[in-house]
Amino acid sequence: MTQKIGNVWVFIEQEGGKIADVSLELVCKGRELADRLKVKLEAVLLGDKIEKLADTLYSYGCDTVILAEDKRLEPFTVLAYARVIMDLIKAHKPNILLFGATMKGRELAPRIASEKLAGLTADCTNLKIDDFDDKVNGKSYKDKLMQIRPAFGGNIIATIVNTWDDPQMVTVREGVMKMDRPDASRKGNLVRVDVSLTDAETAIKVIKRVREEKSVDLKGAQIIVAGGYGVGSADNFKLLRKLAETLGGEVAASRAAVDAGWIDHDHQVGQTGVTVRPKLYIACGISGAIQHRAGMAESKKIIAINTDPNAPIFQIAHYKIVGDLNDVLPKLINAFKAKVQ
Amino acid sequence: MKYTILVFVKQVPDTQNITGDAMKADGTVNRAALPAIFNPEDLNALELALQLKDRYDAKVTVATMGPPAATEVLRNALYRGADEAMLLTDRAFAGADTLATSYALSCVAKQIKPDLILCGRQAIDGDTAQVGPQLAEKLHVPQICYVEEVVALDSGKITARRAIEGGYEILESPLPCLLTVVDANTPRPEAAKRIMKFKRAVTPGELKKRFADADYTEAGDLAAAESSLAAKGLIIKELNAAAVHADPKRIGLAGSPTKVKNIESVVLSGGEAKEVAATAEGINLLIHELITDHTLG
Repeated sequence: MTQKIGNVWVFIEQEGGKIADVSLELVCKGRELADRLKVKLEAVLLGDKIEKLADTLYSYGCDTVILAEDKRLEPFTVLAYARVIMDLIKAHKPNILLFGATMKGRELAPRIASEKLAGLTADCTNLKIDDFDDKVNGKSYKDKLMQIRPAFGGNIIATIVNTWDDPQMVTVREGVMKMDRPDASRKGNLVRVDVSLTDAETAIKVIKRVREEKSVDLKGAQIIVAGGYGVGSADNFKLLRKLAETLGGEVAASRAAVDAGWIDHDHQVGQTGVTVRPKLYIACGISGAIQHRAGMAESKKIIAINTDPNAPIFQIAHYKIVGDLNDVLPKLINAFKAKVQ
Repeated sequence: MKYTILVFVKQVPDTQNITGDAMKADGTVNRAALPAIFNPEDLNALELALQLKDRYDAKVTVATMGPPAATEVLRNALYRGADEAMLLTDRAFAGADTLATSYALSCVAKQIKPDLILCGRQAIDGDTAQVGPQLAEKLHVPQICYVEEVVALDSGKITARRAIEGGYEILESPLPCLLTVVDANTPRPEAAKRIMKFKRAVTPGELKKRFADADYTEAGDLAAAESSLAAKGLIIKELNAAAVHADPKRIGLAGSPTKVKNIESVVLSGGEAKEVAATAEGINLLIHELITDHTLG
């Protein structure tokens, strides 16, 4: 079979002319997949007056930027975006189409997959190319996209394959694919496409839109001091903030601490929060539920502090401190201050 | 009735409270050891529907796809205030991925022709959040995802507040429309009076089984019992694939483009943690080590 396969596409999410980090992470992963399949990597960029973003996308590795500019594509509405992308899929038949598993990606990708009758796997944490023998149906497939994701509350990892029509569609968790350095000398082609939308596709009206940038950048932090239910109160988070400040890091939390109302959701690490991989992660009073570990297990060094010597977090920690936070954290602060002075 | 509201709900294993017993020795999940619960965000969707019923003239129908045991969540929905419940059940639906599931649900919705379809944002066994948008597409209706509250419902359109990354939007959509609902309201509890009434609500399948288990019943009793319960509104409708005119090629495994290649249990990376004494001396040594290897400083 010498059937030519389609290209790898990445849906580029932008907000106010700024590309979402997850889209650049996917461009980097998409570059790897496209090289493996010997096809092109193409970005699908929708919005209004956003042509200048194309250079950024080339610098991260895109061969082509498919650009749809129209007033009706700003701000994002799901039906209009789905129509434009669906038309592009029909015209160009990509092999793979990647979306960030963001709020936008998770409402847009299924709408498109349903119309295209294509498979869609949510929240992937890894992607690779491999062959697939479907023993049940006695068919084999070459060079398929292995769509790897946690399931069942994070207790199992499933590898899923789409056996129907292309494109093979997935949404991918934010922060799990590594972002490579951009190279400004890379160039690519701009393909501008016309936008044609019916009244029904612009039927959803945005009456009001209120947005703020996140109050904390956990993904960029090299040192993270995170608190769980064992911290005990909002007040006790002060001690964590002091340690983070001393070490030059950020404060994060497990879902239990966020649900308890001690700290804002922007700080949440784990399956329903942010995925981080800092140089140092200090887990304070975090028991280590699988959903939390999913968001931080790849940290280079993990210090866990817990009063319970059998807490599961110790199983992935590099350093284990059994003790009370109110006793251990001041000692860490003092020891660091004494060393650097 | 001015508005017909259809709420799709799901019975799920309680994956958020997995204990030691729920993991088998080979690392796979023992579903049988997990309690089956009402999917949390589906309760939020039901609550939103009931609030709309309180504010406007509406009929709330709740439907689920699942095995006969899933009737439990339908009864629970009746206890909380739903007007009608239906179970979509057929072995042919088994093994469905989100595409096949949304197709099956669309077959039910087409029979009811609702003004509004409500679903929880996602179910805690799969966490995909895909069925809502896919169902909206199958029905060719607009979708508003991550709804926190309905601002207004009038003259053929709905205005809703929904969460977006870092904030919220107020969106307006024509009806019919599908909403996926997030954990932004407090589901009302079951009402004692409604429990007294609807604890007897059954599907025809459950009734038949009950009669088969009792050996003293007369022929004809079953039909009489069913019509008597139906007269009191205590029969939960039971539909199979044929009853909703579902294309056999589009449901269950056959209708699912995604295949599971393999499943692994999550293994802890098992690196041995170095014990650090919680003393000033122990912690000084730790900080020294982290500065030496350039983790700190």
